[in-house]
Amino acid sequence: MDISFVILVEMLYAVASLVLISAGLAVVFGMMKVINLAHGEFMMMGGYATITAVGLGVNVFVAMLVIAPLIVGLIGLVVERLVIRHLYGRLVDTMLATWGLSLMFIGLATMIFGNTTTGISTPIAGFAVGDYQINGYNFFIIVVAILLVIALYALFRGTRAGLIARGTMQRSDMAAALGYSPDRIYMATFFCGSALSGLAGAILAPLVGLVPTSGGAYIAKAFITVIAGGPSLIAGLVSSATTFGFVSQVFTFAISPVIGEVALLIAAVILLRAMPQGITSRFFRGKL
Amino acid sequence: MGGSATRSAAREVILTLVVAAILIAAMPLLIGTYTLTVLVIYGMLGLSLGLIWGFGGILCFGQAAFFGLGAYIYAISAVNIGESTLPMILAVLLTAGFALLLGAMMFYGRLTDVYLGVITLVVTLILFKFINSTAGPQYVIGEARLGGFNGIPGFQTLNVPGDPGAYIWGDALYYVCAVALVIVFLLVTWLLRSSFGRIAVGIRENETRMALMGYDVAARKTVLFAIGAAIAGLAGALFASWAEIVTPTLFSLGQSAEIIIWCIVGGLGTRLGPVVGAAGLAYLEFVLGQQSMIDNTLIMGLVLVIFVLFLPRGLVPAIASLWQGSVGAFGRRRPVRRMRRARHG
Amino acid sequence: MAETVLETAGLTMRFGGVTASDNVDFKLKARELRCLIGPNGAGKSTFFKCVTGLLTPTEGHVFMRGQDVTGWLPHQVASLGVGIKTQTPNVMDALDVHENIWLAARRFFDVSEARARTADMIDRLALGPIARTELGRLAHGERQRVELGLVAVADPWLVLLDEPAAGLSAADVDRMTAIIHEMRRSAAVVIVEHDMQFIRSIAEVVTVFHQGAVLMEDHVDRVMTDETVRRVYLGKKA
Repeated sequence: MDISFVILVEMLYAVASLVLISAGLAVVFGMMKVINLAHGEFMMMGGYATITAVGLGVNVFVAMLVIAPLIVGLIGLVVERLVIRHLYGRLVDTMLATWGLSLMFIGLATMIFGNTTTGISTPIAGFAVGDYQINGYNFFIIVVAILLVIALYALFRGTRAGLIARGTMQRSDMAAALGYSPDRIYMATFFCGSALSGLAGAILAPLVGLVPTSGGAYIAKAFITVIAGGPSLIAGLVSSATTFGFVSQVFTFAISPVIGEVALLIAAVILLRAMPQGITSRFFRGKL
Repeated sequence: MGGSATRSAAREVILTLVVAAILIAAMPLLIGTYTLTVLVIYGMLGLSLGLIWGFGGILCFGQAAFFGLGAYIYAISAVNIGESTLPMILAVLLTAGFALLLGAMMFYGRLTDVYLGVITLVVTLILFKFINSTAGPQYVIGEARLGGFNGIPGFQTLNVPGDPGAYIWGDALYYVCAVALVIVFLLVTWLLRSSFGRIAVGIRENETRMALMGYDVAARKTVLFAIGAAIAGLAGALFASWAEIVTPTLFSLGQSAEIIIWCIVGGLGTRLGPVVGAAGLAYLEFVLGQQSMIDNTLIMGLVLVIFVLFLPRGLVPAIASLWQGSVGAFGRRRPVRRMRRARHG
Repeated sequence: MAETVLETAGLTMRFGGVTASDNVDFKLKARELRCLIGPNGAGKSTFFKCVTGLLTPTEGHVFMRGQDVTGWLPHQVASLGVGIKTQTPNVMDALDVHENIWLAARRFFDVSEARARTADMIDRLALGPIARTELGRLAHGERQRVELGLVAVADPWLVLLDEPAAGLSAADVDRMTAIIHEMRRSAAVVIVEHDMQFIRSIAEVVTVFHQGAVLMEDHVDRVMTDETVRRVYLGKKA
């Protein structure tokens, strides 16, 4: 009984962290057809922002939920204006340019923070379920992920900005013809996406030791989750995070964490091979 | 017309050989052969991606996987066999075989662009994670312990075929690698002049059209992909012999990123570009590595961003069109137009 | 009696709830020229895509020279000796005219034969002066002509053309007509077309599509005067 509860929590936690890791990338990709390969470094910067703020005496939750998203969002804004803006509609070029940015951020972080591991302790204590110890912070991550999904849904379904965003997502030229500047919509989207990445990095920071190259651990998973998710932003995000979270945890419990990770990757390959007519065929059709 | 094509091909081969001979002889005067060897190997690795990406339109985010695979196959079989000739051949053939399977899976599934990127990236990660986790003594192939993140040291390095005692190292290894690069370069040249190469370029330009003309696009892309992997595998095996150790970092995403940067900077759609880009940037990194003012990664990232934004065609095509521009008034308009396209694209 | 080169039996294509092609039975004899007409959304292009392998039909069969080719991929269909031109211009933009046509010829002939046929085709299409120009720099009419050259150079016995006259000038249309007549000497030709002027000038038997199904199939003169056809198609246009 206890063990099944623990496993359930671990499953939910795995799914929730995938949702968190991927949300920022999903928003940017879903809206702008831009793959931001610096996404992992945005998360890394969110982590450093949190740790620095906490070090300056800021409350840890304020640092994670407000300061980190804001700072990373602003960095994203600068990146969008300086680089991404020039490359809209050129998927491969944006991937390459953001890969370059990712290297630059790693380099900058190394120069500023040094190539050493830093971290903060989890702000929520663990508790026992029968014979097992559960990390209380995992619940926090699950709750944040659920709130995040609900907030995204409410934003897209319930607000005027969400309506414009959805319109732009489907037909940016029509949205432009109706008088909504895609330029400004993209700018806002990239800010939001970056802020989400910063948030995710901040929230996950207490769980991992942070180094300048931490982003590399996230980008591949986020990339896979988003691409496998399909054209529908939120449903795709949740469904593929659930699939991959489930698969990786099953194998983690059955064999080992490394096999869990490998199983996730193999599941991704099989999924993409089985459904090759997913998003690219859709949005490339619109492009051609 | 056929005669003139053959003549121009012969002229190009002779020109390549002469320039290569001069470079091979002259470069050791400027740079130590130990460093030069690895630059040459990276040049070959750059060429492998330059072939499939620049001429086949296949953007592989995991070319490092084939490089690492070649290195590991060489190391493992060299430990077991105790000489280097068969391991070299195995490194090339098994890597190509692996790419053939992977390519068939991707191309017959009609995966393109982003999907191709994801799959190749994921395969690289799988290899990286797997090899990294093989530290335990139970991970043994024959007599070779995989060694996890510590890698495999102490295998038989390159020797004169048939004589395992006669090691090829130092200056000799440099000359062997350089000659291997020249041979591979000429083979690539020949391949691109052949019907196969011209058809590959046609597929890069328009897959649907080529299929409607009756070409089996998936089969041809798979074969080209495997050829690229074979070259990367050879580069990996030579690298193993140079470094005398193989570690999982050969499979890392950072390594894959670098190969892509070499191609972008050198120039896609040219044979020389990726080679020059690889050797040039690797040397730049080597030089920059001797200072600690600015982080190396930062500079490489900056280089990539700048080239994607301002010179997406790369150095070699840019220099070539500048050259043409200075020769004739006709050509002078071309570089200008390209720059403009590059900015506003 | 001439051999049947193309036949469809009960060809049906559904997209979700929409039936774009509805139980189409179609027969084409060797060296026949047939135009497919119909209003927008009548199912001409869907039919075309099912025949060429660009789409796999939901039901029914496609036969070419008696062989069941249902569900074949485009390259397999093309390898039989079927020349296909899609609706949108489909060429290799970064390659020159010569290279484009050579690639088409090389699929069916060895290197020297391909070179000879390419040179010949360039002459016949009067493309000599622009033979070394990249397709990306050519005008629309020239690109269409090159694409027709790609189709013709492979010596097909069945030619499928989707809107070959779209966007062409009068002079280009004349040249197109001449090329099509020349291809007819050895091949059956199917043309999906909107341009009634062009159809009148070239067609003999016309198949009219309406709501995915074949409405009528007859000589062009009788089709043009038919009341039902006028109502569903020509009436709307006039």
